[in-house]
Amino acid sequence: MKKDTSHINSLENEAIYIMREVAAQFEKPVLLFSGGKDSITLVRLAVKAFYPAKVPFPLMHIDTGHNFPETIEFRGRLVKELGLELIVRNVQDSIDEGKVKEESGRYASRNMLQTTTLLDAIEEFKFDACIGGARRDEEKARAKERIFSVRDDFGQWDEKNQRPELFDMLNGDIDHGQNVRVFPISNWTELDVWSYIERENIEIPSIYFAHKRKVFLRDGMIWSADDGIVYRDEHEEVLEEMVRFRTVGDMSCTAAVLSEASTITKVVEEIRDSTISERGARIDDKRSEAAMEKRKQQGYF
Amino acid sequence: MEVLKIATAGSVDDGKSTLIGRILYDTKSLTTDKLEAIEKTSKQRGYDYLDFSLATDGLVAEREQGITIDVAHIYFSTKKKSYIIADTPGHVEYTRNMVTGASTSQASIILIDARKGVIEQTNRHFFINNLLRIKDVVVAINKMDLVDYSEETYNKIKADFSELMSKRDYQDQKITFIPVSALKGDNVVNKSDNMPWYKGEALLEHLEQLDKADIFNVGTPRFPVQYVIRPKTEDFHDYRGYAGKVYGGNLSVGDAIVVLPSQTKSKIKAIYFYDEKYETASRRSSVTITLENDINVSRGDMIVKEGDLPTIEKQFTANVCWMDSNQLTAGTKYVVQHGINKVLAKVERIHHKINPDYSGIESDVSGLSVNDIAKVTFKLNKPIFYDQFKNHRTNGSFIIIDPQSNNTVGAGFIQ
Repeated sequence: MKKDTSHINSLENEAIYIMREVAAQFEKPVLLFSGGKDSITLVRLAVKAFYPAKVPFPLMHIDTGHNFPETIEFRGRLVKELGLELIVRNVQDSIDEGKVKEESGRYASRNMLQTTTLLDAIEEFKFDACIGGARRDEEKARAKERIFSVRDDFGQWDEKNQRPELFDMLNGDIDHGQNVRVFPISNWTELDVWSYIERENIEIPSIYFAHKRKVFLRDGMIWSADDGIVYRDEHEEVLEEMVRFRTVGDMSCTAAVLSEASTITKVVEEIRDSTISERGARIDDKRSEAAMEKRKQQGYF
Repeated sequence: MEVLKIATAGSVDDGKSTLIGRILYDTKSLTTDKLEAIEKTSKQRGYDYLDFSLATDGLVAEREQGITIDVAHIYFSTKKKSYIIADTPGHVEYTRNMVTGASTSQASIILIDARKGVIEQTNRHFFINNLLRIKDVVVAINKMDLVDYSEETYNKIKADFSELMSKRDYQDQKITFIPVSALKGDNVVNKSDNMPWYKGEALLEHLEQLDKADIFNVGTPRFPVQYVIRPKTEDFHDYRGYAGKVYGGNLSVGDAIVVLPSQTKSKIKAIYFYDEKYETASRRSSVTITLENDINVSRGDMIVKEGDLPTIEKQFTANVCWMDSNQLTAGTKYVVQHGINKVLAKVERIHHKINPDYSGIESDVSGLSVNDIAKVTFKLNKPIFYDQFKNHRTNGSFIIIDPQSNNTVGAGFIQ
């Protein structure tokens, strides 16, 4: 029997509607692409929304320079196959220009630094809408955000004074300099995204599937070792384990999980049975209870 | 089954967040790390229970003040359905956020503290549910553990609430009373042994068996054109597709249609969803339609079935919920967004304010303050194509945008 995916159909219809509103209401939209499963899903939805015409906005990757090589390889192939335009802006450039300072030590991460590069790119290209793959089930500050989330000309989110958003009516009217972050898959859960990837047979980077990797343990989490990026103390022993990544961000803040799931069907099963949330493997969210909210106030996507 | 969206409503400390936390906990939807975080923080604060509101109150200010300021969306699923709960604020000053949360919901839960019974806020919450034409309302009488699970208390509140019900103007609303204790878990997910006198279903049981034909409004098809798709490629040289979402009923290939406002007639030639062709576009699907003859259709136009036209007018009267700190006054100009269509509108007349505690109306009003609800007539610079809200949730509602600030400052329900 075919699985009942009617609730995924309704989420898909909602997301396509949002994509079209962005294309119609804004002059210079862009799709923020990280090479992770959520933004890959967004690309698929964008292709579907405008078919047979091409997607009327480019993709932009804010590259931390600490990406998994598998993700970068995948990124190149995807845009080529779909004939999409890709803009890349590098966090390394912001560091070199002295705009941001790299963290050091055990918990050094470039995740926070992305915000500056993102805001600079928005200004450079005069983007008025940035489509992102954030979901409300990810994190409790995310759960509070609107689908059209207005940011001021400093990119800031005013969480206490959000625009009311009623029925299907999305108000994209903004002042010059402001921009809107748009989240078409707000109402999807992690499992919905995986089920969609399975149903649509969407290709994703290989790191999402179980593979052997050199890792080390810290704070109960599994870190990629010997890539020259994640700081490792000498006493932190390198092991080889069968792992996969549940979420793909900057290597310095993304932990792996032990897994044997080597196919998409097995990944879906694993997520369904999991008792740990996706963000449980994101070290940057554990910095404080309000880590995400603080980042968003500063302009994080 | 489509996703079922539910809004909660209740006064401060009635236990909305606790109820949601309880549903998540009892359906095993809380992951270990989230549960651990709740345990840890509850302990730090010296509580002798798990404070589930920590799972839903996501903003620093909310946790500081122990109140919900804005809507949180909570997701969980059972074997039967996927659910989204909009946890909305209870404070009067955040009514606009409550309306926001309730507008996309098909069902709602109104919480009442069994010790306090029906209070002014209960009136307001029921009034908004009535205004928004929410079909299925659960009145959850909470904290039953604190009134010794008394049947008498339950019956008294039920009787008081029934008085409110007699004042509503939307008779199709189905109201179900359930005595619960969110803290102890009575009648939330599992039936309680503490209230053998209650023969009905537990809350989740009730939600599980809601019939979707009942809760999703089915009406007449309305297809606002969102985006015109013109690929101009070799393979699709003459392709002109109209992308949009189908509201109300279904549209099928061969249907005789009229395009508004031009009132040009045509027939549906084909219906696409991505690269697949369909015979029928069902309600709420985001399809692309092509028409048999080459007519000029643009964003904001609406495709409807021939012989089934909405009202086409340059003026309408609506119940308005005002959401801005700047007053709405007669004579002021705003932008009205009706569906995807934006038109310039002037406030022609404020007829009267409606008291959301059902205590009547207030005539002679010069302006509306934040959270006021009133009957208002607007004059438009060009006609819109609307249905009455009671017949068509989508085509009968609109938002008001202040062209100075670009903010959404109000919502309206056309009469």
